[in-house]
Amino acid sequence: MDTPFTPIAGLVGGLLIGLASAGLLLTNGRIAGVSGILGRGLFPAATGERGWRIAFLAGLPLGAGLAIAVTGDPHGFAITSRPALLVAGGLLVGIGTQLGSGCTSGHGVCGIARGSRRSVTATVTFMTVAAITVFVMRHVFGVPS
Amino acid sequence: MRSAVAALWGMVFGVGLAISGMTNPAKVLAFLDVFGSWDPTLAFVMGAGLAVSGPAFAYARRRERAWLGDAFALPTRQDLDASLLGGAALFGIGWGLVGLCPGPTLANLARGSTEILLFIAAMLAGVAIDHGRARWARASPSDGSSCT
Repeated sequence: MDTPFTPIAGLVGGLLIGLASAGLLLTNGRIAGVSGILGRGLFPAATGERGWRIAFLAGLPLGAGLAIAVTGDPHGFAITSRPALLVAGGLLVGIGTQLGSGCTSGHGVCGIARGSRRSVTATVTFMTVAAITVFVMRHVFGVPS
Repeated sequence: MRSAVAALWGMVFGVGLAISGMTNPAKVLAFLDVFGSWDPTLAFVMGAGLAVSGPAFAYARRRERAWLGDAFALPTRQDLDASLLGGAALFGIGWGLVGLCPGPTLANLARGSTEILLFIAAMLAGVAIDHGRARWARASPSDGSSCT
């Protein structure tokens, strides 16, 4: 599905994502990596580290819901993947982000900002593999998505 | 206090995801579709995010503790191993199949979509599967090096 290029909205949204990452780092001293917060929120390694994680994760839909209500959701929302692909995709995202110690937020926004070699490598890897996956699905198999 | 502040940053993060358009899987897939009708918006999202988080990490490096008093908990590993590369590759396949990564997925709970609920159930199962694998790997080291 074609979507319009929206650089201003992208920049504003990106600044807020950066602000949230900077904020969690400076106030709480923690990395705003959603997959790490999720994994350790479900299976905490240390005591007293679950509360802030659940709170941060709960903030995500609250903030998104607020923004969608106020802005009227100009970008819209469309999932065209069939249920089997949703399940496969969810499993791979769950396993992959835990095994690879991070996702778009932890490696992509925080890790690169720290200058972490692991995060730069991981981000290049998952971006490249994701682009290849989309190419194969859309342009080789012709699956509409 | 820590949890309340974390919830606030989670909300700001969620607002940013929605405004950027990254909560729409179709828009994410259009970014990843480099050889199709490419929508480069996500590059602007990441660029702007890094423009803010970069200076924050530089500032944090000069401090002993975070503002609420905790020591910083930052990763220290520098090695590139098979888990990092394999995990990133598996995540990339899943992200490319649907257009959802963990942050936007959870933010989309605001929409009450059954597709999102199905994806989250599978994602949580994936998290649990890898946690089980890691626990099993710790309990039975394959190289025997810890058998002393």
